[in-house]
Amino acid sequence: MRPLADIEAGIDYLERNAARPAEAAAEFLKFGEEIVEHWLTAHDKAPTDALKEGFRLLALHRQAAQGDPSFNACRETCRELVYYFNLITLDPLHGETNRRLAMMAMVARHLYLFITGKMQVAELGDFCCASRPLRTNAN
Amino acid sequence: MEQKYKKVAYYPGCALEGTGHSYNRSTKEVGKALGLELEEVKNWNCCGAMEVKNIDPKIQTYLSSRVMSIAANEMGYDTVMAPCNGCYHNLKKAEYDLENDPASVEVVGQLSEKAGHETYEAGQVETIHALDWIKDSLGEEGIRERVKNSLKDLKIANYYGCMYTRPRHIFPEKDQGEGSESTVKPHYMDDLLGAAGAENVEFPLKTACCGGAHTLSDSDTSTKLVMNIIRAAEASGAEVIATECPTCHSGLEMHQIRAEKIHGEKSNVKIIYFTQLLGLALGLSPKQVGIHENVSDSMGFLKEKGLA
Repeated sequence: MRPLADIEAGIDYLERNAARPAEAAAEFLKFGEEIVEHWLTAHDKAPTDALKEGFRLLALHRQAAQGDPSFNACRETCRELVYYFNLITLDPLHGETNRRLAMMAMVARHLYLFITGKMQVAELGDFCCASRPLRTNAN
Repeated sequence: MEQKYKKVAYYPGCALEGTGHSYNRSTKEVGKALGLELEEVKNWNCCGAMEVKNIDPKIQTYLSSRVMSIAANEMGYDTVMAPCNGCYHNLKKAEYDLENDPASVEVVGQLSEKAGHETYEAGQVETIHALDWIKDSLGEEGIRERVKNSLKDLKIANYYGCMYTRPRHIFPEKDQGEGSESTVKPHYMDDLLGAAGAENVEFPLKTACCGGAHTLSDSDTSTKLVMNIIRAAEASGAEVIATECPTCHSGLEMHQIRAEKIHGEKSNVKIIYFTQLLGLALGLSPKQVGIHENVSDSMGFLKEKGLA
């Protein structure tokens, strides 16, 4: 699991440099999994390796939402990542692939912003610079 | 087609008296134009929104139940229409709690007695959103028949926000097959604006969080979330983001401006309530639907599109 700052930088980089669509789509999906893993780890939960409907991201989301209904606010965001992953990997040469990759980057970024925002509010996570003011004020 | 919700109790909620005033105005005007009657719930109170709910969810259940009690027991209505996603969500949640949680029933009973009004009982009213109200009353055909000024040149990303469909269990009428609203990919706004002539674009963040809850505690996160939604809409080819929640709408407008002021990040997409767009399509003027009350100026754009 990469640090959150690396994931954010990775999304930005891949958005501009996705030469191989299927690989880029898999990487965006992986970013999604790692973002949810951060949430789970910060809550002392071991991220599941199970699959839901064939995807680990959906199983991870399900795990994270247990006992925390507000986490479902990113349920469709996770599903959109899976949707674009399917579209791109099933037909990487499709004329819409570049636009789909751009969408996947934005959906991945939204998941990142949503979850890291929740983590900052909860004073969790490894992004000390971003959350420092909140932590300082809380102390 | 029979107008299912010909006359309903109207619960505007706090936001529609403040930042969402243009939503209030346009909802009422669209109702008039469509021959649908609204009567405002008398002496209504806050639904309990997030502030009360975060401290004591049962107090929120009581506050929402009081609104429904007045509509049912004092005004004789069986339907309450709430255009705000927060109010709609809270009334639905209260309904669910009173149907399934004896402890909530007890608290609501005690507080209602203390406050001196009849206790609301689950099932006395049906709570609907403004989208249900129009879609289930007239359907797309009913809208098509009444369009005077087609939205045909508008490319729209329909943004529903995160409270309109979640949690699924409080919306038992959704996901009931063809024609019903979906909690996974909501489409009522797409249907209505499509019937008014608009081109709905494929928009992947239609139910994503707008960062509304972060607005005061962490404005930067809210701005980033909003700008990501706006950028995704623009990349989808949208010229307009249609909204149906005053919190999302205000957040999108204000953070769009904040992003430009603070980060120099400019975007051209317009943020307009679906009731305003529908009103324009029905031949109402921009003033009648409160375009001038929105934070950002879209008059030039609407003129360019022949809608003003």
